[in-house]
Amino acid sequence: MSTRQIQEEIIDEFSILGGDRESTIFYIMELGEKLPELEESAKVEENIIKGCQSKVWLVTEYQDGKVVFNADSNTAITKGLISLLIRVLNEKTPDEIINTELFFIDKIGMRQLVGSQRSNGLTAMIKQMKMYALAYKAKFSN
Amino acid sequence: MIDIKYIREQFPAIHQEVNGFPLIYFDNAATSQKPKEVIDALNAYYEGYNSNVHRGAHTLAAKATDAFEDTRESVRAFLGAKHIEEIIFTKGTTESINLVAYSFGRKFINEGDEIIISGMEHHSNIVPWQILCEEKGAKLNVIPVKGNGELDYEVYESLVSEKTKLVAVAYVSNSLGTINDVKRIIAKAKSVNAKVLLDGAQSSPHCQINVAEMDCDFYAFSGHKVYGPTGIGALYGKKEILEAMPPFLGGGEMIKEVTFAKTTFNDLPYKFEAGTPNIGDTVALKNAIDFVNRVGKEEIAAYELELLEYATDQMKQIAGIKLVGTAAEKVGVISFLMDGVHHFDLGMMLDARGIAIRTGHHCTQPLMSSFGIDGTARVSFAVYNTKEEVDVLVEVLQKISDRFVAKTSKVV
Ligand SMILES: Cc1ncc(COP(=O)(O)O)c(C=O)c1O
Repeated sequence: MSTRQIQEEIIDEFSILGGDRESTIFYIMELGEKLPELEESAKVEENIIKGCQSKVWLVTEYQDGKVVFNADSNTAITKGLISLLIRVLNEKTPDEIINTELFFIDKIGMRQLVGSQRSNGLTAMIKQMKMYALAYKAKFSN
Repeated sequence: MIDIKYIREQFPAIHQEVNGFPLIYFDNAATSQKPKEVIDALNAYYEGYNSNVHRGAHTLAAKATDAFEDTRESVRAFLGAKHIEEIIFTKGTTESINLVAYSFGRKFINEGDEIIISGMEHHSNIVPWQILCEEKGAKLNVIPVKGNGELDYEVYESLVSEKTKLVAVAYVSNSLGTINDVKRIIAKAKSVNAKVLLDGAQSSPHCQINVAEMDCDFYAFSGHKVYGPTGIGALYGKKEILEAMPPFLGGGEMIKEVTFAKTTFNDLPYKFEAGTPNIGDTVALKNAIDFVNRVGKEEIAAYELELLEYATDQMKQIAGIKLVGTAAEKVGVISFLMDGVHHFDLGMMLDARGIAIRTGHHCTQPLMSSFGIDGTARVSFAVYNTKEEVDVLVEVLQKISDRFVAKTSKVV
């Protein structure tokens, strides 16, 4: 699926919740619980995304020209948020990741839902994921 | 008896919906809502007699000065101080403590002296003393906190020595709600002639305060936690100590005479009130104190205690909830954790149902570290809260527990 198709799928899923704040938060937390946990050895300072109120660890690999993301957080809502980003951007080429406009975030009203502090954290997560894509692109393209 | 209907009518801000649900404001330890008479007093001041105090030769200035000084008398009575000049207006607890650290501390704390604080202090009763000790080569000792959230008084008593010059502790803990045995703390400090500062930020809304009878040397408090405006509070200091202390800030209001050769300082309390004060908020603070006095401090305390017991009993029953701070003597503060559910997430889920609580370290990081946690969820009561509101909280917490605590324990 393209990143566009995945985002549309997410928008559909969230539309079932009908904008109910409590159900949406519960749903995001459940998404977070489904994200596989990172090994304790990966939960180190250098993997922490700076600018998030909660602790968020992000690790990446580069396989067959695609970027693989894994992440974890000490709070379930943040874990749910990054699981959505991973769902869209995982196993895509650096170019796809860099060029993807993450329109689903505004469509599902994520920023209003999480408030300004966590919204800044969300921006930091996206930035970090795109930075990794850029770094892989620079390293492996010649 | 508390007439809850009457009380609730006094507070405009609690009658609103948040996220589609009636607001339940349980973040009173951070700041309380304000009764209408306080809001009206602010308006009356700005609309009717806004003027600088202690200066102008005109009617409005006289009216503003009278109202300003009426509040000082009201605070004096509220704290049980002997003399009106022992009440110094400040922005609040933080500034009051800093005033003592900078003025008293710079003059009377020397190398090798010791200051005692406790392990449950708010950062505002830690950092000023750390700065002072660093500068002076003095030592900061810390009274440990026991697992139930009470101070270890035996260790405290063993820390007190001839070197102890100051004991600075919270009367009531903002994170745990523990009411400390300040009588015992003061008695021991006095046995070595050490001065005592009480951080009264959390005790002032809930406890009967009588600084003269307690015989503390300093007492700091914030108006915004006792139904008053933000940006106004006070420092009580014993007259003879305040007189011996040098000024804190220099400027207008605090002087008697200024020449370039020498400045003579004004008398108490003006010596410590440099610059144009926060007149509007000071004036309205009187209305907050009047409100508390009219409802009755004892009645308020008894009512909040009832809410505390009612909520504690039910919250204890919910699977996964762990209370942090179970001291025998507490005010209406409940700090808690839920297994497998981070307090940030709890805060957001409760907010989605219109319930306002505080999450995090509550400006008491050393306390949190001593419990091996990075924060808690904290519910704190005021006189306008009700058992029905507690019921909603318990119902929502139960729902969160059913959904997330059961799951995490299955996974483990
Ligand atoms: C125990 C305690 N001390 C000090 C403070 C600081 O008060 P303020 O921020 O009003 O200066 C607070 C406020 O949260 C407190 O709870």
